[in-house]
Amino acid sequence: MKRLVVVGNGMAGMACVEQILKYPRQFDITVFGDETHVNYNRILLSSVLAGEKAEDDVIIHTPEWYRTNGIDLHVGVRIVDVDSIGKTVTGNDGSCTPYDTLLLATGSSAWLPPIDGLEKDGVFAFRTLGDTRELIRRSAPGVKAVVIGGGLLGLEAARGLQVQGCDVTVVHLMPTLMERQLDPDGGQYLVGKMEEIGIRVLLGRTTIAVLGNGHTEGVALSDGSHLDADIVVVAAGIRPNVDLARKAGLTVNRGIVVNDQMETSDPDIFAVGECVEHRGVCYGLVAPLFEQGKVLAATMTRRRGPDYTGTVQAAKLKIMGVDVFSAGDWSEQNSEPVRYEDRALGIYKKLTLREGRLAGVILVGDTSDSHRYMEWLRTGTSLAEQRRHLLFPPPAADAGQDVAEMQDSATVCGCVGVTKGAIIEAIHDKGVCTLSQLKERTRATSGCGSCTRLCQDLLRAVAPDFEEEKKTVICACVPFAEEQLREILRSQRLKSVQEVLEIYGNGIGCEVCKPALSYMLDMLWCGDHDEDRSARFINDRVHANIQKDGTFSVIPRIRGGVTTPDELRRIAYVADKYHVPMVKITGSQRIDLLGVKKADLPKVWADLGMPSGQAYTKGVRMVKTCVGTDFCRFGTQDSTSAGIELERRFEQLFTPHKVKMGVVGCPRNCAEVTVKDIGLVGVEGGWQVVVGGAAGKSVRKADLLTTVETTEEALQAAGLFFQYYRENANYLERTYDFVERLGIEKVRKETIYAPAPVQEGLLDRLQKSKARAKDAWHEGQTPRHPTQFIPLVPLEDVSGALA
Amino acid sequence: MSERWIRVARYEQLPEREGRAVTVGEKEIALFNLGDRVLATDNTCPHKQGPLCDGIVTGSSVVCPLHGWKVSLEDGCVQRPAGEPHQVRTYPTAIVDGIVEVQLPVVSGFSRTS
Repeated sequence: MKRLVVVGNGMAGMACVEQILKYPRQFDITVFGDETHVNYNRILLSSVLAGEKAEDDVIIHTPEWYRTNGIDLHVGVRIVDVDSIGKTVTGNDGSCTPYDTLLLATGSSAWLPPIDGLEKDGVFAFRTLGDTRELIRRSAPGVKAVVIGGGLLGLEAARGLQVQGCDVTVVHLMPTLMERQLDPDGGQYLVGKMEEIGIRVLLGRTTIAVLGNGHTEGVALSDGSHLDADIVVVAAGIRPNVDLARKAGLTVNRGIVVNDQMETSDPDIFAVGECVEHRGVCYGLVAPLFEQGKVLAATMTRRRGPDYTGTVQAAKLKIMGVDVFSAGDWSEQNSEPVRYEDRALGIYKKLTLREGRLAGVILVGDTSDSHRYMEWLRTGTSLAEQRRHLLFPPPAADAGQDVAEMQDSATVCGCVGVTKGAIIEAIHDKGVCTLSQLKERTRATSGCGSCTRLCQDLLRAVAPDFEEEKKTVICACVPFAEEQLREILRSQRLKSVQEVLEIYGNGIGCEVCKPALSYMLDMLWCGDHDEDRSARFINDRVHANIQKDGTFSVIPRIRGGVTTPDELRRIAYVADKYHVPMVKITGSQRIDLLGVKKADLPKVWADLGMPSGQAYTKGVRMVKTCVGTDFCRFGTQDSTSAGIELERRFEQLFTPHKVKMGVVGCPRNCAEVTVKDIGLVGVEGGWQVVVGGAAGKSVRKADLLTTVETTEEALQAAGLFFQYYRENANYLERTYDFVERLGIEKVRKETIYAPAPVQEGLLDRLQKSKARAKDAWHEGQTPRHPTQFIPLVPLEDVSGALA
Repeated sequence: MSERWIRVARYEQLPEREGRAVTVGEKEIALFNLGDRVLATDNTCPHKQGPLCDGIVTGSSVVCPLHGWKVSLEDGCVQRPAGEPHQVRTYPTAIVDGIVEVQLPVVSGFSRTS
């Protein structure tokens, strides 16, 4: 068997090895990687930095994978020399390894611009898991970070650092952001988006020096200004790693030159990934790696596979809430541009067409159609038929109907078969003037309910005594049904509680409508509303649960109920230090510190060093889990990992009422998930997703939403329901009332069975909200108001003065 | 027994439509910023001694965070539940040069210069 040596243990090399393993075994495989980790998904490092993923979540190949596939893995060894005559490679550990076939998958490194002081402590590239760990370790609220470079990587790093609490400024040489993927207009829209999420952007400026005495203290810019910085991240571009290829005598331009079979100039040496140059292009994105790996695996195993002819370049910015997509050639030379822009909504779309086919696309602010465009680019579809609907999908058959335009014979309620004529007849002949009377008389709206709006419009237009029904009104201060109110807030773009009260209410509001409106605004604008703490219950002002004596309870987040000795020690330390009168294990697999004074809350949170468990709010509470396959003899699914991921995805979000979740690894149901708002039940070969359970004032067994195979599908189904509940439930309506009110069939129809765009919309809005959501306990360090936690002290000495 | 104006807070320490407590000697006073004025009451709900300063302000009333009793900040009368005879003590307030002053009862003979 021939000896294959792979230099580089990253995504490209391992994607190719995976393909090679699909063919009958021809090689003994040895892999060298200079990082000390197994192969991980480098493009997800920004998600690790942003706390959306744990380190383990980005591992692609575990040590076990290498073992089972008989791959000899050497991590932490850098290959420093290649002898292409003697056919050996030399490692920095002194080892010399012979090869018959050599695969160079050396990737690329950060390009370091000529800036003084880059050697200082606190300066990072953002390329490796090691970099990411160090950045997380150094990030904290108040830490100042400067990111040099406004490309994909720089912006993702900036967002990650910001999520970790840093004040972030991006300094970019060019006049707009992401100029390789976006035209100047698109880049400007992106600048707006970044600033909207609180990241400062400085354009057209070069960084000339990192300042500080040994440790980074700031940066000096070309315009003479200085920025304070504790952390500097250099993300100014990448350079293919070609040193070894040069030593091996390969033809090298910018990258290692390969042909359409992915062969280099040496028949026994191959190369793949970011280190290669194919038809004059060096790729820095992920999709080409896989396509190249496939072709190369065929070539290396001496099969005449498909040729590699290049990849349509497509890039998506992975910042939740900042939607950017770019693909193909969007330059306007010799092409017809088609544009749409809306400054208020921050949406910019541009397509370029050549000979009636899509050549390139830029989307900022709304990337929901990216799949459609990618498909058109890949297939080169002729767009003659779609010409009128390039920027928006053709309107659905039932949309945009105006009651006046409808014929009397037109069906209004498709479920029951009620025509417009029948409804008008009921109004005129039977004196129907409310929706419930109409429902009683004709049964219209009693099916799926999607015609409710239309019926209401008809009633309003036709019935002389039309009455808006009052029973679902929130309260007398804002006399509208919640559904209607949501529509008003959305269409009128209202963003503050006080504004709503002044325009649509009595100008004052009360303890019932203010928190409800606060919730609605937060949900509707995905967190981008004007938060007014005076409209929040005390628990949501100080992020703790008020007790009967005016003290508070503190429950840190313990995801999935899985904790560590270190966390427990900190909890114990806090309990001692602040003389916490009661420490209690809750029914939700968490630990409650009861009796904490308001003024101590920030210190308690800081000492705990754990995120808020949101146990005080109408929001995501927790995910209770059983032990699962890790230890349990009966487990069929890894319930703890799934539970922790479920909690991570939804935590910090607000909901109409509290949401308690659970995950169990088998139907024995040890974590009682069938009485939770959302539950995952592991079964052999898959998961059941159940919703609407309760074990509180009332007990209700959850309904089965769906059964799926993979954990990801289960989480996705849970996400659909979760967002659907957020958007459609009335405030203070628990899932069990909500599901019962709507019926599980309707819930299924509008979530897991909904058309793809509806599902994407739900998940997209969920992600947007999540992108804005923060750990509330950060406010301990950066309060919204100076006296949020600190008690007032009189401005003069009054000792002994008062009666 | 006499009364005296005590400087209890700077106006900007009180966010609009929220309450804050200030401890003056043995007494906890709740201050509420209603936008055009600041009102002061004892920081204790007559029902179960809940901290009124942590309640939601509705017009010129506050709703106790513990059990939802509603108390007028103008005269201290309990407005909900209806017919409750209890009253919360209120104190005259003034804003002088951005400083909130409350008129509180003091031990007679206590002088301001101390």
